[in-house]
Amino acid sequence: MGILEVKNVGKRFGGLQALGDVNLSVAENSVHAIIGPNGAGKSTLLNCLVGKLIPDTGSVSFDGQSVLGRKPYEINQMGISRVFQTPEIFGDLSVLENMMIPCFAKRDGAFELNGISSVSSQKDILERAEHMLEDMNMADKRHMTASSMSRGDKRRLEIGMCLSQEPRLLLLDEPTAGMARADTNNTIDLLKQISEERDITIAIIEHDMHVVFSLAERITVLAQGTPLVEDTPDNIKGHPKVREAYLGETQTAA
Amino acid sequence: MFGLTKKDTTLLIIVAVLAIFAPFILNPFPEGSAMAQFNAGYPDLMQRLVIFGIFAIGFNILFGLTGYLSFGHAAFLGVGSYAAIWMMKLLTMNVIPAIMISVIVAGLFSLLVGWISLRRSGIYFSILTLAFAQMSYSLAYSVLTPITGGETGLQPKVDDPRILDGALQSGQTPRANLFGLEMGTSYEMVVGNWVFTFNAGYYIAAIVMLLAFYLSIRIFRSPFGMMLRAVKSNQQRLNYTGLNSKPYTLAAFVISGMYAGLAGGLLVAMDTQVGAERMFWTASGEVVLMTILGGAGTLIGPVLGAGFIKYMENIVSKINKSILEQWFAFMPDGMEDFFITIVYPFIGKGWHLTLGLMFMMVVIFLPGGLVQGGQKIAGLFRGKKASDDAADGKTTPAE
Repeated sequence: MGILEVKNVGKRFGGLQALGDVNLSVAENSVHAIIGPNGAGKSTLLNCLVGKLIPDTGSVSFDGQSVLGRKPYEINQMGISRVFQTPEIFGDLSVLENMMIPCFAKRDGAFELNGISSVSSQKDILERAEHMLEDMNMADKRHMTASSMSRGDKRRLEIGMCLSQEPRLLLLDEPTAGMARADTNNTIDLLKQISEERDITIAIIEHDMHVVFSLAERITVLAQGTPLVEDTPDNIKGHPKVREAYLGETQTAA
Repeated sequence: MFGLTKKDTTLLIIVAVLAIFAPFILNPFPEGSAMAQFNAGYPDLMQRLVIFGIFAIGFNILFGLTGYLSFGHAAFLGVGSYAAIWMMKLLTMNVIPAIMISVIVAGLFSLLVGWISLRRSGIYFSILTLAFAQMSYSLAYSVLTPITGGETGLQPKVDDPRILDGALQSGQTPRANLFGLEMGTSYEMVVGNWVFTFNAGYYIAAIVMLLAFYLSIRIFRSPFGMMLRAVKSNQQRLNYTGLNSKPYTLAAFVISGMYAGLAGGLLVAMDTQVGAERMFWTASGEVVLMTILGGAGTLIGPVLGAGFIKYMENIVSKINKSILEQWFAFMPDGMEDFFITIVYPFIGKGWHLTLGLMFMMVVIFLPGGLVQGGQKIAGLFRGKKASDDAADGKTTPAE
């Protein structure tokens, strides 16, 4: 039984069957990649996991509890953090403030009316945020306005924000999309380091085969809304069905 | 000091000093001189300056921090005013219960309006708040006449019950007071040609404004204030970070509604009458102008904006043609007429034109409002140091 169990999930948008009958089990503390050509339903599946969409059929459970019908913030409080395709950070706030907000969410829950004490008096939060910035090698950028950083740094910050909540499952939606090669490799190294050093499960949706084969322990191939095959990276590489669905991309990337 | 950083304490002290010495600062010209009409140091105007300052400080907590643009805050000001005047009719002419009830009633009303309006964001939120305010205004004028006095409005009458006050002696009229100190009490100090007026009502309003300003600094610097800025910056990230943005925005809405109620209560304390026009949509628009003109999202901006607009409203609108003729009397006849014709549309009833042009200039050239203008000027003098200030990200106004 995996930490994340997706059973018979289907989702239809009007006439389009985005997800057919998806079954997926993500083992605890593994790195699991979901790949597939454009329009395979990867993002729809991810949105069903985090509460943005509610599937028409089937069930999604995290650590034995159903996530269906819960709001995104409730699912996050259960221990699932999400990294977006384009980095979603608080652009107007400083890097340190960006890092403090998830720390507050972790300590105080979904809502806390603390309008009188000053932020600088919250020593435990500050310490935690500073520590996390050091882990991410961003301590020198703490007073920068977040939106002024490079895309790679924004991604790094976003991942750091997610990690500061000590989630049990980290969901990444094409984390290297639109990145330069150097930034992509940095992100791969960062994610490798995270999965080695922490008790964390990582589920990653990715287009870039280089990223997938560098990171994943298990790979699920999605095509036209249904899982084609699930196996280890080595077996996936040579799988005839995958080659058929993915022809061209595998040859150039692998 | 007071749990504030050195910079914020300095700001609070500056505002306090300005408020205390306002009767001098606003009366720079001697009585009877040609410039005397620019003097703003009379009680009625000074009271309005600080009361609308409170209104704008509260509005800024919602708009400046969360970015939610309410177009109906005058409704809370109006509801607060009606609550206060009923306190004066039923209970006592002492202003304390009146002001307290105005805050409570405005808070409850804003809880209802906010709970419904915050289901939407952006332009739809603005329209919903506008709809609520206009409904309140129409109701106050029509079906709610028994409570609001309709077109005539409300004022304390001699034969109101006022169960806490003793009976009035014959010929005595009910006057707002603070434990016997009447709001209208003034002390005039004559120095040479200058007359400075120290008014009890003004100083009470100024103390309340300083408290309101202090509280807003605390909110800005608190974790709650940081969450509100996070709502403005990226609500999606906030929700995916395990925080529920709804109660945060609702709390900000209610707090700013209570500030508006406080301002409404104080208006009644200073001038004991209420009419429904106080809730008209232009009044809601005015507080938006004040906040943006001064600098939304900055601490001092809304106070400056409120002061600026109320000053213009009262001073520029009082300049008339004969005053213009006095000013331009030194010119040859043809030129005098020419200048009077040019300037005339901008004064008197045309003061809105002046205000509108200034608002456009500020929005186009200083999107951060008067505060940004001040920072730019300070930056010219201090050179490099200004860029350090901007980097801390807190005093920098958001667009």
